[in-house]
Amino acid sequence: MTAASSETLLRLDAVSKGFGGIRALSHVSLTVKRNRIVGVIGPNGAGKTTLFNLITGAYRTDAGAITFDGRQIARWRPYRIVRAGIARTFQNIRLFAGLTVWEHLLVAQARKVGMMRDALPLRWADPAVHTRAEEVLTFFGLENYRDLLARTLPYGIQRKVDMARALTTGPKLLLLDEPVAGMNHEEAHELRALLTRLNERGLSILLIEHDMGFVMNLCHELYVLDFGAIIAAGEPAAIRANPLVLDAYLGHEAAC
Amino acid sequence: MSIYYAGLLADIGILTLGALSVYIILATDQLSLGNAGFMAIGSYISSFLTVELHWPLTAALIVAAATASVVGIVVGFPALRLKGIYLAIATLGFGEMVRSFFLVFRPMGGAGGFRGMQHVPLGYIWAWVAAILVMVTMLEQSRLWLQMRAIHDDETAAGLVGLNTTLIKVGGFGLGAAVAAVAGALFAHQYVYIEPGNFGFERSIDFVLAVILGGSTVGVGGLAGAALLVLLPEWLRFVAEWRLAAFGALLILVLLTRRQGILDRPLLAKLTFRSAAS
Repeated sequence: MTAASSETLLRLDAVSKGFGGIRALSHVSLTVKRNRIVGVIGPNGAGKTTLFNLITGAYRTDAGAITFDGRQIARWRPYRIVRAGIARTFQNIRLFAGLTVWEHLLVAQARKVGMMRDALPLRWADPAVHTRAEEVLTFFGLENYRDLLARTLPYGIQRKVDMARALTTGPKLLLLDEPVAGMNHEEAHELRALLTRLNERGLSILLIEHDMGFVMNLCHELYVLDFGAIIAAGEPAAIRANPLVLDAYLGHEAAC
Repeated sequence: MSIYYAGLLADIGILTLGALSVYIILATDQLSLGNAGFMAIGSYISSFLTVELHWPLTAALIVAAATASVVGIVVGFPALRLKGIYLAIATLGFGEMVRSFFLVFRPMGGAGGFRGMQHVPLGYIWAWVAAILVMVTMLEQSRLWLQMRAIHDDETAAGLVGLNTTLIKVGGFGLGAAVAAVAGALFAHQYVYIEPGNFGFERSIDFVLAVILGGSTVGVGGLAGAALLVLLPEWLRFVAEWRLAAFGALLILVLLTRRQGILDRPLLAKLTFRSAAS
């Protein structure tokens, strides 16, 4: 079996990253298998977002290897990593101020036809672009917001647009940075259903989350990050019972 | 048509192209104050080709545009590291560098300028203006344009959702430079005499001014801005020596009342009897 078709989709081997004197991540190793939903939890400042920034190429690793779909991606520029099949959402959403919802679904689609064809008016563009955008629009139930400026929409809708934009790139792995932050129970519930449906269609998901309840019910596997290191990994039930995790989350005399 | 109006129309056409050259680069959030430099390159190369090598103008113009485009790409790379006002100052430096180069470049006349070009008909100038306006208008409806606007709005996010920000920003510089070079080639063959002083800092500012005044969110804004910049000082002749002051006051007035410039999408939709889509 070749590496590309193996069970492992994403693998981090002893990845480290520092900023000046601060060690943000040290020797982090984790694996996302195909068709799994994996969660990374940990207190604020544990290095969760740094981890995402390394995987997506926003930062460079100091040491360690990142393998995706059998290829070393640690030195790649962000757009190449997206085209290889990793898409992400942002903790602070980051939609484009001047673009409508529909335009968000067109802009990011990775295609191989190159710049020349992309320079032609959209109505002459590859119909596959429209089909893909239409599909994602319907999947997220965004039809009513189609021609509105995305940044003017309610927070929960903006989160959906962020996720929808990521999905238009046709990812194999979706990275979600605190997807339920700021959502109410109903919205979080709806999101969980959407993610489960995506996962059933074969998408792997790696998500960062604070909300323990959300990850416990959704994820197949959890990693616990504390002070830049993985302190526990395993199935949600095992993580919940792990004393180290309780310490990290609830605090402990020794930790302070 | 009187020679007077023909001259004004030629100026409008050339300034429109200059404005579009700024507009294209500005779409990726890069403000260039050095486009007169690209214009100079287009001017001198096309003049050399038509006068010394007896090339037909169209061929000379295309080669000049292609050469300027390569220079634009070369300038585009260091520009990636600069933002906002720093980029503006760096491009200003580039423009002055090009002007100074031609000032001391003897083979093309140096400070004495270069002459011998054939005067070009007004229709030829406007054929280029029309062609490039159509090209820009088509580009504005493309996915590439969406990508340019995305980079304009949030470059980091654009990269992280899969856009090749380097290629698009540098490409913007290359395309803008080519359009400025076309303006330069037409300028040289309209005035049949060029000198480095034609391509100073004021020229670059005029381009930017036409974009800001006419409407920096739509390409045809460049045309509106260019027309105003050329015609207003003429129409204001009745106030005699107060002409430039009145012109300045009008500029401020327009920008105070319409920050986006005279033309924008909703207004354009009304003018063309379409319902405003967004």
